Amino acid sequence: MKEELEKIREECQTFLALAKTGPEISDIRVRVLGRKGILTQLLKQLGTLPEDERKEIGQRANKIKEDLEARVEECLRRIQEQERAEALEREKIDVTLPGRRMILGRKHPLTQTLDEIIHIFSRLGFEVVEGPEVELDYYNFEALNIPKGHPAREMQATFFISEDVVLRTHTSPVQVRTMEKKRPPIRVICPGAVYRCDSDPTHSPMFHQVEGLLVDRGITFSDLKGVLSVFVHQMFGRGTQLRFRPSFFPFTEPSAEIDIECFICGGKGCGVCSNTGWLEILGSGMVDPAVYRFVGYDPEEVTGFAFGMGIERIAMLKYGINDIRLFFTNDLRFLKQF
Amino acid sequence: MKISLNWLRDYVDIRMGVKELINLLTMGGLEVEAATPTGQGFEKIIVAEIQSIRNHPNADRLSLVEAKTHQEKFSVVCGATNIREGQKVPLALVGAKLPNGIEIKRSKIRGEVSEGMLCSEIELGLGQEASGIMILDPDASLGVSLGEALGLADTILDISITPNRPDWLCVIGVAREIAALTDQRLKYPALSLSDAGSEIHRKTSVILLDPDLCPRYAARMIEGVKIGPSPNWMRTRLEKVGIRSINNVVDVTNYVMMECGQPLHAFDFELLEEGRIVVRRARRGEAFITLDGVKRALDEEMLMICDGVKPVAVAGVMGGLNSEIRAETRTVLLESAYFHPMNNRRTSKKLGFETEASYRFGRGIDYGGCLNAANRAASMIQKLTGGRVVEGAVDAYPKPIRPAPIPLSVTSVNRILGKEISTKQIKAYLKNLELDVREEGEERLSVTPPSFRGDLEREIDLIEEAARLDGYENIPLTLPKGPPSSEEMSRELILERKTKDLLIQHGYYEVVTYSFTAPLSLNGLSLSPDDPRRRCLPILNPLTADSSVLRTSLIPGLMETARYNLSHKNVNLRIFELKKVYLPAEGERLPKEVKYLTGLAMGMDGEIHWASSVRQVDFYDVKGCIEDLFEFLQVKGITFDRTEDIPYLHPGKSSKILLGEEEMGVLGEVHPEALSHYEIPGKAYLFEIDFDRMVKGAVEERKFRPLPKFPAVHRDLSLVVEDRLEAEKVEGAIRLLEQPFIDEINLFDVYRGIPVPQGKKSVSYRIRYQAGDRTLTDDEVNQYHEKVISRLREVFKAELRG
Repeated sequence: MKEELEKIREECQTFLALAKTGPEISDIRVRVLGRKGILTQLLKQLGTLPEDERKEIGQRANKIKEDLEARVEECLRRIQEQERAEALEREKIDVTLPGRRMILGRKHPLTQTLDEIIHIFSRLGFEVVEGPEVELDYYNFEALNIPKGHPAREMQATFFISEDVVLRTHTSPVQVRTMEKKRPPIRVICPGAVYRCDSDPTHSPMFHQVEGLLVDRGITFSDLKGVLSVFVHQMFGRGTQLRFRPSFFPFTEPSAEIDIECFICGGKGCGVCSNTGWLEILGSGMVDPAVYRFVGYDPEEVTGFAFGMGIERIAMLKYGINDIRLFFTNDLRFLKQF
Repeated sequence: MKISLNWLRDYVDIRMGVKELINLLTMGGLEVEAATPTGQGFEKIIVAEIQSIRNHPNADRLSLVEAKTHQEKFSVVCGATNIREGQKVPLALVGAKLPNGIEIKRSKIRGEVSEGMLCSEIELGLGQEASGIMILDPDASLGVSLGEALGLADTILDISITPNRPDWLCVIGVAREIAALTDQRLKYPALSLSDAGSEIHRKTSVILLDPDLCPRYAARMIEGVKIGPSPNWMRTRLEKVGIRSINNVVDVTNYVMMECGQPLHAFDFELLEEGRIVVRRARRGEAFITLDGVKRALDEEMLMICDGVKPVAVAGVMGGLNSEIRAETRTVLLESAYFHPMNNRRTSKKLGFETEASYRFGRGIDYGGCLNAANRAASMIQKLTGGRVVEGAVDAYPKPIRPAPIPLSVTSVNRILGKEISTKQIKAYLKNLELDVREEGEERLSVTPPSFRGDLEREIDLIEEAARLDGYENIPLTLPKGPPSSEEMSRELILERKTKDLLIQHGYYEVVTYSFTAPLSLNGLSLSPDDPRRRCLPILNPLTADSSVLRTSLIPGLMETARYNLSHKNVNLRIFELKKVYLPAEGERLPKEVKYLTGLAMGMDGEIHWASSVRQVDFYDVKGCIEDLFEFLQVKGITFDRTEDIPYLHPGKSSKILLGEEEMGVLGEVHPEALSHYEIPGKAYLFEIDFDRMVKGAVEERKFRPLPKFPAVHRDLSLVVEDRLEAEKVEGAIRLLEQPFIDEINLFDVYRGIPVPQGKKSVSYRIRYQAGDRTLTDDEVNQYHEKVISRLREVFKAELRG
């Protein structure tokens, strides 16, 4: 019987070595280890052996069975791995072919710029309000301390609808409308379209501004500087140099223009900054007491500051756009770039 | 305004480089926009004296000139005829390069050696005079470079002056600021001429009939003047700041204006009838020919300077042809007045032009300085013309203006600025600006501004001056202490953002078009005559006829944008705009501004691709997009209602969008006629939604629904119905059954053709059944589904298919 066992083992091993596919191996397993397999059959005869041989041969037979089972498993695994490897090889694709893209649109660069501005001021506690674009002379000029005949009116070439109705020349009238509606504390920004009769590569008859207003007890010029510095640093980057330069607006005093160091030339002077090394980006100032009179605030009680900026100008600087009219031509080749 | 650095140095020491000066001025509120060096390249052009002039032996029109400096002599061939021996002239030496590009070389002209060239003004780029050689002042130093001799080496600052500071519109004004910012005293020009005496009153008089418009009128008279060109130094100074030299009298008036900001006018006294000045408003219908030769119509609010009989100048704007300085003028009457700024500005605006004078009068000049300026100019005219200043001055000034003192509290300064500046320091700053400062108790000052600072009226004006002189850069940075705004972000703004977010996910590009448009731009929409959109608000002063009304619809703008893009080969277009339209409102001064969301799609639904196919976009692409939008914004209760009434949409492919019963927008294929009007080939689809109305319809809150615990079951059904039956009706009928377990109804196939009979179509639905508390059994579902089928059969006479 010993000899038969050895023979089975050898044959089985030989067959396994020759087998190339899963079914072949399964077949071997059935023929040797299956219920009617030769090894199983042989084991059934163990009982016919004398007792002293039975134990030894029984152990031996079981060892051979376990051995063969392990080998069968291993062969099966090897072949599976091989087959998988072949399949993977067959399924290879060209990963450099272009993918299927979603067709996505874009927000207009002005919207993107405005969203960024709003985001920064929201974090500083400002809310967004809007006002009419067709505006009464009273709100656009009069209540902003720009009476009829004031030279500042000439600085803003105005479109008229009638003698006392204009297309607003700035977003500042929303300041007045807001203060008429609410008592301090006020923290608002007011984005929107504004209009001036001007048209060339840097002036568009319609453009967009964001106005800001903060009125409360104890607000100072140093607060203006603080808030607008935060804005500039978040909008243009931490390291941006800026300066507050005395200027004039009829509805603020003291007034300041805010310049940032020209990032094209690094302040050395170039065409973009007209060789000054600085780029003007914001107008600002402490709200003039005369404006408070129009809305019934007491300038002895509250103070505040206002600021305004052109969205096109900021977008032009940020993206290096050289002609303001591109914003309104809406060429897809332009819009796709942002 | 252009300012010469050399000129500034007459009144203030500038001990810093140009860059530092620019920074000082800019940070003081005088924004320097440009700094241009002048007088470069004159090193090899020197002052030489003409020693002799001989005829050229071989050319009639040329002469041989010997020119000398102290050490050297030069032979030059010259073609000009205006030179005389003993004159000093600019000589360009060999190697000099003229501004017009000519390089001077040693040469032989018709056989005679020429060691340089005598130059005219135009050749030197110093003026327009081309007829002869430039003749220099007799006292010019021989041998020095022309740049030095004429004071050409200079820097011209271009300063942007804010309208509140007319006192900066002159050299002394800017110098005064530099002095204040650098803690110096200003060096005013010395005045040797007295205005005492009464001789002038025997020769002329000034009557102010309208002192409200002319509070002050000073005058001086100079006799025996000889009109001629001004000396080079003056011409150079004026030319450098952009003022054309005229003659020695007019140049002085301009020079003094540039120097101290007082516009002056010189009359030829002999042309003034009755030899006197009357200042009065113009009479109705009066006309006047100004210096530029233009006849101007006057009105009764314009102030005129007249002689005893007729107008001779529009006050503070421009003189008249009838009294201007001529070559033969002998006696000059010099006007130095203060005119009412607002009235002056109106006059200049009505006449449609602005002069250097009106620019200054219109912003307010130094009413205290009129007489001084007259004296200064008279003494200069005397010097330059060889005339004699008549003793005494006229100074009609019936109600002298005295600036009121302004109380200033030091605490206010700090309350506004957020920085402590001491009383002493504030006093020093204000005194440097030539303000009169008195202390009135602790931390209280009384400040009287000088007559040239009309902008200082209130405490806040003085606070600004303190801040400016202290330097904005020295104010600290702080953040406001108060609470942030407690208002929520506006709903409209949130929905606007979400709308744009969704549309760009659908491939739409946002566009921004002008709010104004051409009156005819709406024509392509074929609106009915009574459509309110036809009533556009006109702009009184449009830039062009194409932008002369405010839009009442966003569609024309989108069409124009589409046409532009198509003509630039951007053919697959999906664009939208979310902006305002302006609808005139009955009885209101302001129009209603309504936000609309309008979109347009055309071309293919994607770019051609190796692994996917593309097709033309159609109605259902656009509809699907806005259906997604309504779902995203939770606008509930939307229905689409077929319509044939939208004149710019295809009558068979357009739909109203209803929110409940209310029309909120439209959707459809653009009518071929509209397309051809806007010159757009192909097909295009658009939607138009009243955004404000949609905002009202959007449900704000979202409520979480627990996920179903039990599986859903679905059943399909295919029906053959009348071809004309609208899909929504079928779904509506199923919904009407109010079966609690119908969760979702999905129309997944619409089919016409064999074997479906003509005039019919097959529609297939997948219905999902779901119960919240258990798994529905097959029997139950079958039961419900049978009910659906029998209802549809009954209502639509539908046959079950397959």
